[in-house]
Amino acid sequence: MACDESLKTQAYLDGELDAADALKAEAHLEHCAECQALAADHAELKEAMAGASYHRAPAALRAKISDMLDAGTNVVPLKTPRKSSFWLGAGSGAGGMAIAAVLAFLVFMPANNAMVADLADAHVRSLMGEHLIDVASSDHHTVKPWFAGHSDVSPPTEDFKADGFTLVGGRADYVHGTRAAVVVYRHGAHVINLFAWADRNTRLPATGSRDGYRMVFWKQKDLDLAAVSDVDPAELDRFVDLVKKSQSRE
Amino acid sequence: MDEKRRRFEALAMPHLDAAYNLARWLTRGGAEADDIVQEAMLRAFRSFDGFRGEAARPWLLAIVRNCHRSALEQKKRHAAAPLDDQNDDAVASGDPTPEASAIERGDSRTLDKAIAALPEEFREVVILRELEEMSYRDIAAATGTPIGTVMSRLARGRALLKAELTGGSHGV
Repeated sequence: MACDESLKTQAYLDGELDAADALKAEAHLEHCAECQALAADHAELKEAMAGASYHRAPAALRAKISDMLDAGTNVVPLKTPRKSSFWLGAGSGAGGMAIAAVLAFLVFMPANNAMVADLADAHVRSLMGEHLIDVASSDHHTVKPWFAGHSDVSPPTEDFKADGFTLVGGRADYVHGTRAAVVVYRHGAHVINLFAWADRNTRLPATGSRDGYRMVFWKQKDLDLAAVSDVDPAELDRFVDLVKKSQSRE
Repeated sequence: MDEKRRRFEALAMPHLDAAYNLARWLTRGGAEADDIVQEAMLRAFRSFDGFRGEAARPWLLAIVRNCHRSALEQKKRHAAAPLDDQNDDAVASGDPTPEASAIERGDSRTLDKAIAALPEEFREVVILRELEEMSYRDIAAATGTPIGTVMSRLARGRALLKAELTGGSHGV
């Protein structure tokens, strides 16, 4: 296809040209053998493509997605948008700290965007039922040793059932180029993924949010930690406090 | 059903077939198309607040494409051996196409194989143009590439497909 006009001819054949350009393309087609061949191929392929498989979404998948979206709607009621409740919480509670956290996040944002995105993706993947749990147990005496054999780090694994955060298990995951141990908790209908990886002196944002998921970062002992969930921000903060306290007791 | 869910149902869900079709072609008929579409719809819904009512189909298909990419990367990380998307053309190296042109015979299995054999960047524009009948502009939006690139990939993709279907590699 050596003709310089071939892309223009293709655009004409695809109905992408306006009237003036279409006229020019037609005039060119009159005397260009290569473009005439192109036009013949175009017509032939168009006809053939009518026989190509078109994959319609199976009914079961459609139903599953509808259910999933309905569930998502219940989790995030429109009447109480996440943002306003966050700011209300910030205003009534440790407001200064929350604002500092947001500022810190803004300052570190460019460097940490990829990490935030990666964590959100890992969280979503786990919710898709793909790979939430490698070891299912509410007993930290089971979960803790499992990590010893499957992870480079030893994350906190205490069950906070009495406080409404039930330990459901753990898994090994890969986040932002690092092997991470993930401890999985449930809070009502929500899942909280607690990611832990070896501290390598990288700076962490204080908090992040992506696709409706919020994450809280901190460092403790020799670990970088991130809690990710769509629970109410105040609840996530409460969860993080519990983990911090349990870890400092260890 | 709340307002956001209703809007999503009205604007995005009509393109579920297009999303699934693209996912199936991107994965070359792989079973992971279901997971990709599911994740894409979830992501689309989560980011729907930021959707300003531009063309919904390219917007949704761009998300499907990204989910496909993440799934591929995920697969690469888990498998020790890197998966080269361009070269795992098991489908392509199937039966050599006999002289009788598949186009004339209207053999859709051969046609499907030939499409599946196209490298991904050509396959996706061919699918979006020929099966979804999308405009260059919408294809550019869905694939995140400039219109000029869409045009040249489409030309190359069509030429490759023709060559594949007529059983030779001439004329490309």
